[in-house]
Amino acid sequence: MKNERSLMTQLFEPPAIGKMAPATKIVVYTLLLSWTAFVLFPIYWIIITSFKSAVDVNRGPFFVPWVDFTPSLHAWKELFVFDWKDTLQAYFNSIIIALSATLLCVAIGSMAAYALARVEYKPKFGSIVIFVLSMVGAFLGVGYLGMDWRLSLAVALAVFFFLVKALSKHFKASVGNGDILFWMISQRILPPIVVVVPIYMMFQSVHLLDTHIAIILTYTVINLPIAVWLMYDFFVSIPKDLEESAQLDGATRLMTFWEIVLPLSRPGLAATTLLVMILSWNEYLFALFLSTSRAQTMPILVAAMNAGERGILWWSMSVVIVVMIIPVILMALLLQSFISKGVLLGAVKG
Amino acid sequence: MAPSGDSETPIRPGGVSPAGSPSDRSIRVRVSEWLDYRHGTIFIMPAVVMILIFSIFPLAASLIIAFSRIRLRAGGYQVRFVGFKNFAKQIFGSEQFHFLGAFKGISVLGWVFATVLISLVLWWFFRWMRVRFNVLGFVGRLFLVAIAIGLILMIAATVLSGTRFGTLGTTLFYVFAGCLVQFVIGLGLAFLCSQPIRGKTFFRVVFFVPLMITPIGIGYAFRMMADTTKGPFSPVWQWAGLGDFAWAADAWTARIFIVIGDSWQWIPFIFVVLLAGLENVSRDQLEAAEVDGAGRWQIFREITWPQIAPVAATVMLIRVIEAFKIVDLPNIMTSGGPGIATESMSLHALFAWRSLDLGQSAAIAYLLLFVTVVMCVSFFNLVVLDRVRNT
Repeated sequence: MKNERSLMTQLFEPPAIGKMAPATKIVVYTLLLSWTAFVLFPIYWIIITSFKSAVDVNRGPFFVPWVDFTPSLHAWKELFVFDWKDTLQAYFNSIIIALSATLLCVAIGSMAAYALARVEYKPKFGSIVIFVLSMVGAFLGVGYLGMDWRLSLAVALAVFFFLVKALSKHFKASVGNGDILFWMISQRILPPIVVVVPIYMMFQSVHLLDTHIAIILTYTVINLPIAVWLMYDFFVSIPKDLEESAQLDGATRLMTFWEIVLPLSRPGLAATTLLVMILSWNEYLFALFLSTSRAQTMPILVAAMNAGERGILWWSMSVVIVVMIIPVILMALLLQSFISKGVLLGAVKG
Repeated sequence: MAPSGDSETPIRPGGVSPAGSPSDRSIRVRVSEWLDYRHGTIFIMPAVVMILIFSIFPLAASLIIAFSRIRLRAGGYQVRFVGFKNFAKQIFGSEQFHFLGAFKGISVLGWVFATVLISLVLWWFFRWMRVRFNVLGFVGRLFLVAIAIGLILMIAATVLSGTRFGTLGTTLFYVFAGCLVQFVIGLGLAFLCSQPIRGKTFFRVVFFVPLMITPIGIGYAFRMMADTTKGPFSPVWQWAGLGDFAWAADAWTARIFIVIGDSWQWIPFIFVVLLAGLENVSRDQLEAAEVDGAGRWQIFREITWPQIAPVAATVMLIRVIEAFKIVDLPNIMTSGGPGIATESMSLHALFAWRSLDLGQSAAIAYLLLFVTVVMCVSFFNLVVLDRVRNT
């Protein structure tokens, strides 16, 4: 009886503060390892499917290469030898688009975030109302009077500047940095489906459909809220002293930003870059609308493997998915060393 | 939106001497001085202009489309204003079955469900009114209560009365079921990983991987997983005697199947953030509590949870925002089928666009935006701000 209790104690009571009892340990590791299996199994399955022949995929589940089935490179050959033009074009498109969109987004986002963290803005409420009204006027002009959109926009902007110059002295109420920040971040709530059709029409009217520029600009904007948010929280946490002394020494704001603030905020930049990169690399809906052939990205190529009378080409699709994962993982490893754990946390704490 | 410039007077470089004639200074210096003087505008304008062009302008254009009937003509569009017709068609008209669901009178179960939930909502509302009252909060809550009652009645009159609900119900199911599952599992994994274990880095890296894979790829991968005849788990299904069972053939299994795929992708996000939060909880407090003989559950509830609650609330807000946009997974895994059972509102709008019904498509998209904004603003005000205030 006494012996049994001591066994129970050994099993269920932690040997020391901050340590785990053996029984707890077993439970914890079992749970963690089973989740690891759940996470890794679909990835493993995609990888082995990319080496399977059509017969092996269709005849039933085969799990272990060289044991259940003989791996073949036919899908890889098909994509990178016979169809190499399409595949590599999509690959390069994706790389160019994701990299440029990320760079642009992080650059514009961190500039805006820095300004919001350091400069006090007081746009007048009245000016905003005038801006909105003149834009509404421009819209009605284009939509219902059939005016040319360039003319309409120019007139609206001219009216706006004229009215603001004339009236801005009389406006009292203004909005602050917090409101601007909230406005920018809240753009993320917008479901892409709401804006995708007008964006499509917009690029159509300037003949930019199916070009890199269209997709790059779109991705930049949809990820801008994330960049602004993460970078804002980072900049706020950097002490002002260094910048102030640099300015006393005669450095301009741009120089201060470029030479002092950006190097200091490497961890934040790395985390933001990685997140924006992943999001623009994997985006599907906008790419579907904005590209038809020349600017196709990898997610479109994945979806394209479903077309045709042969049904889904699982093997080719798996190859595309596998080659899509590789650059992201490389990027993550590259940026890993810069990212400190606290970055995401700081942003989320709000 | 002209900023008023810096609050403190910037100290100009190069020593501004008003006495010196303009020709003394080269163009370059003048340009850089002007740039520095205008830095407030220069820093923020790119972002503002981009958001105006690609976010606000399309949003307004979409609103116009939603109120119009658009015909594609050779070389352009013909726009005709039709008022609320597009919305009315979705909510009351011939598309009602698609958006809200098929109504057929409310069953007993539906009445019970509706009565209980509506009285709960009203009780919450009146309790709040008695404790603290302000006009803005009152209007917001009144609005929320009205919408909640509408949704409860919709659920009671469709699913609980033997018919099916439309894309609105499906989207809400994805959001609520998905976010709940993801939060519970994400928090659980983060908690396990914050224990003193070996291989923490390994788990952290592995658990993060699904977030890097394109949703399209995940959709197809899970279609392979779910195949009961050729997929990896088919021996299990055969053994269980369910060899000809198909996930995608039944409405509820298909929906659950999509939630599983969605969770597989998004649990890593919640896990990573919550783990960072958990590691920030002070060790001293935890050890002091352990010395005092508090149980694990007690420690979690009394010490850990209050400290990570703000982080948890915000990360769930982000997740809810993203969850409303779900479109790739149902599109790939089931193409919205069987019937319309797994169609999310985004997918509904996408299909309407494919059939060139731009007005309907924009109307559905706007209804989605409306639901998203109501839910997110309520969540933000009732949960996130509350947590921030309390801690």
